[in-house]
Amino acid sequence: MRSFLSRTAAMALVFAAAGGLLACSADTSKQTASAPAAKTTAVAKDAVYAPRQLTMRRLSGEQYQNVIHDVFGPTIELGGRFEPDLRVNGLLAVGSGDVSITAAGIEQYDLMARRIASQIVDEKRRDMMLRCKPANVAAADDACAAQVMARVGRILYRRPLTQTELQAYVTAANVGAVKTKSFYSGLSLSLAAMLSSPKFLFRTETAEPDPDHAGGWRLDAYSKAQQLSFFLWNSGPDQLLLDAAESGKLNTKKGVAEQVERMIASPRLEEGVRAFFIDDFGFDQFETLTKDTTLFPKFSAQAAADAQEQTLRTVVDLLIKNKGDYRDIFTTKKTFITQELGAIYKIPVVDTLPNGAPDTWQAYQFPADDPRGGILTQVAFTALHSPPGRGSPTLRGKALREVLLCQKVPAPPANVKFDIVQDTNNPLYKTARDRLNAHATNPVCAGCHKIIDPIGLALENFDGAGAYRTTEQGARIDTSGSLDGVNFTTAAELGKAVHDNPNTPSCLVSRLSAYALGRPVQEAAWLEDLNKRFAAYGYQVPALMREIAESDNFFAVKPVETKAADAAAVPAKEAR
Amino acid sequence: MYDLVTKKLASRRNILRGTAYGAAFSVGVPFLDCFLDGHGTALAATGAALPVCFGTWYQGLGFNPGRWIPSTVGAGFKNNVELKVFDPFRDKMNVISGTKYFLDGRPLETHTTGWQIASMGAIPVGVNTGPSLDSQIADVIGTRTRFRSIEVSIGGGRQSFSKRAGSATNPSEPSPASLYTRIFGPEFKDPNAAAFTPDAMTVARDSVLSAVKDERRELMKAVGAADKARLEEYFSSVRQLENQLSLEMQKPDPLPACTVPGTVEATKDGPDVPDAEKNAKIFGRLMAHALACGQTRVVNVMLGSNGLHSVGSQQTWHSLTHEEPVDDKLGYQPEVTWFINWANARFVEFLKELDSVKEGQGTVLDRMAILWQTDHSYARTHTMDALPIMTAGKAGGRLKTGMHISLPGDPATRLGLTMQQMMGVPLKTWGALSNETSKTVTELLA
Repeated sequence: MRSFLSRTAAMALVFAAAGGLLACSADTSKQTASAPAAKTTAVAKDAVYAPRQLTMRRLSGEQYQNVIHDVFGPTIELGGRFEPDLRVNGLLAVGSGDVSITAAGIEQYDLMARRIASQIVDEKRRDMMLRCKPANVAAADDACAAQVMARVGRILYRRPLTQTELQAYVTAANVGAVKTKSFYSGLSLSLAAMLSSPKFLFRTETAEPDPDHAGGWRLDAYSKAQQLSFFLWNSGPDQLLLDAAESGKLNTKKGVAEQVERMIASPRLEEGVRAFFIDDFGFDQFETLTKDTTLFPKFSAQAAADAQEQTLRTVVDLLIKNKGDYRDIFTTKKTFITQELGAIYKIPVVDTLPNGAPDTWQAYQFPADDPRGGILTQVAFTALHSPPGRGSPTLRGKALREVLLCQKVPAPPANVKFDIVQDTNNPLYKTARDRLNAHATNPVCAGCHKIIDPIGLALENFDGAGAYRTTEQGARIDTSGSLDGVNFTTAAELGKAVHDNPNTPSCLVSRLSAYALGRPVQEAAWLEDLNKRFAAYGYQVPALMREIAESDNFFAVKPVETKAADAAAVPAKEAR
Repeated sequence: MYDLVTKKLASRRNILRGTAYGAAFSVGVPFLDCFLDGHGTALAATGAALPVCFGTWYQGLGFNPGRWIPSTVGAGFKNNVELKVFDPFRDKMNVISGTKYFLDGRPLETHTTGWQIASMGAIPVGVNTGPSLDSQIADVIGTRTRFRSIEVSIGGGRQSFSKRAGSATNPSEPSPASLYTRIFGPEFKDPNAAAFTPDAMTVARDSVLSAVKDERRELMKAVGAADKARLEEYFSSVRQLENQLSLEMQKPDPLPACTVPGTVEATKDGPDVPDAEKNAKIFGRLMAHALACGQTRVVNVMLGSNGLHSVGSQQTWHSLTHEEPVDDKLGYQPEVTWFINWANARFVEFLKELDSVKEGQGTVLDRMAILWQTDHSYARTHTMDALPIMTAGKAGGRLKTGMHISLPGDPATRLGLTMQQMMGVPLKTWGALSNETSKTVTELLA
């Protein structure tokens, strides 16, 4: 534990310093000019008040890993596999409030927990990790077990353990020690039991009456702490945040604002922003994405991994490092590239590392007249929304509508023949556009294809693995079309049209707030308020995250059924 | 409780008589199994009957109309061209034609709705789906084995139609090597090993789990009703873990047919046909061994039909069903039909593996019931009627076989109901709205 504590303390200093620097170097014109404006446009607080149900969200695999690495250091190996996540309302973060843990899942959690715990008590690590030593290594030791379990428990449970809880883990460590005749084996089993406890694996919440909203409820301070840290850092609260909960600071607006500022200024914000975009862009689907290697020999597993990383780096660089405008992710010419990706992009990437060394990332800027620009033209988007053997204007158009513009595209009707779309030998229909046009003469299909195809066809210059092409079967590819009344002729112009579409920022507001709260936000007044603030901040995503994190709604919960409410609020309070 | 079950179960005297024989029932077989298993082969060592097992095989995208329904009904039918490959097993199988999935005005989510009705008997509202039929069965026959059920997918990643209450999906294992480690890895206790010493670490793990049981359980008091159901599922999963530990601490009863398969090398587990074919073969072998070694009694196989893909083709099986033209001369889509034949060959191969493990006079397949279902009868136009359904195995004598049964217009859920009742799930009816049925397919009951 020593290493963890000292590491946290050290990091806290770094964060504080970084926070200061960032605050100074920030684009002050934007910050100072628009921030007060945003504050003054705030609607009366009751008009936007939108309490939610208490939720119980299962930790994602990333969150589990982040917590373990925060507590025990990044060298701990997990070596297990997580349960598949569930996408609800377009987000895994929302689905996390609906999933449970199956028998196959608990086997994996148990296996991981035992592996992690045995690494912690391993002879090489134990002196560094644990602050105490047992009087006798071959016997139980109450005091040392209690000290370790209380410290680890506060981080894993994201609140102090109750006396009963601590006693259970000390007993567990003791019986384990007696049966194995080893203090460390017993401690390791007790740690493993905590790591597969539902109190660790699920983020439960505790409510208390909200003095700011008569008759209303809010999260208690520890529940606030975890809500903040999982949203902003995609990990559990650190010691400073738990301290703020313990001291009651998180029950004041000022205290919350202080913590939010600190967390947004921290380099760990990047982890939080990445986690959101991985969920938002559906990058989990890369796990099952395959490309036919005979048709797309350059699309290796490494290329697929690099493609995701490229988009994430583009987004993080623009949104966090450069405090840029969210809408620019659809037009930016700046990106990052590896040798592996260079092969697909047909860009020579010189890497001086020896063969077999991991790819290194290099900043790259596409020339102004290059057809590439913005994330829609990157391999991660074009390849992810394509079947194994070819590109698909329909899948790409659908993803753009649903994920980036928040417009639902209905499922295709039954009893439709698709023969013509497939028949690539028909000399009349050489390109995907020809085939889709022929298919869309069917009025049942035409309605939807009209809104999907023109934007998908604009990306037809990129094949099923994202490589650039100008012809299909010898016929020139026509990439012109229109998006909600705005005409374009190239993919770059499509990017500009998406950039300028009013649904683009409001869709992000809607998805980011749903991600933060774990439920779709349907309260129009609050969304409108957030949209205004987002615009006032020049569409800066960290600013939007701060607005969400500092809003009352982030912590406001509905009065729960009486019995559950009592149970939720009372015992936890008393026990602490 | 349903007649069949009552008839065979009701006799309390039988239970008492059974227990009077003592050893006969200490085999780790629930009473229910022993009773229902009147026709099963007995274990030489103890005289107790081998338990029945259950399996599902989900193969999407249906068959070609006119190419699979046998021309005659009842026993002695001849397999139609697409099912010819099943001829060697005809007398251990049934073909059921004519049933439907009912939408009741709900939108058709193609390739999803059919599965939901097939596996859960209903189209779920929202994300909280009920348990699937295999889970219901596993809760009856799978509570005393190391694994309540085992799910694998052939080229379908971790997708699975095996659902438990509380929105929990039993994920499929896509990799045969991982499945091997899970079943036959270091924690496997060979039932036929001469010596047995309980592992001190296992004993300690068991005690530690007991020590934190109440502490974990406490959380139930702090959550609302919906989350309680999710936690119940978690605790039910923990019980399997506890059960595994307690089994590891006892000397297992010998199972003469149990042999440990050779180690499995890591393979690629994507949807490319050559990989899927290789993995299907290994999965079949591992599951046959797992069943023979008493590690589980429920296996669920999901053939990842939609994404399956031949190397060098621009199309997946699913996209072909919609986009490949029907060949004028043949009258069907040739590439799609290639996939149907390929998938059927995988199912036959699976049956062969199960049938190759001899147990006394019978085989593992003989004490199994496998339910084969699909999402659409004709994928090209997403039809939901005239569905093909098959069963394989004799369920230890409970399931009559060798028939083509035609049930025109009936809900497909009749088969799900029948299978659950046959396995001892106390159900009178199953399914919702028009998919609800109380009509057991009595022709299938021995």
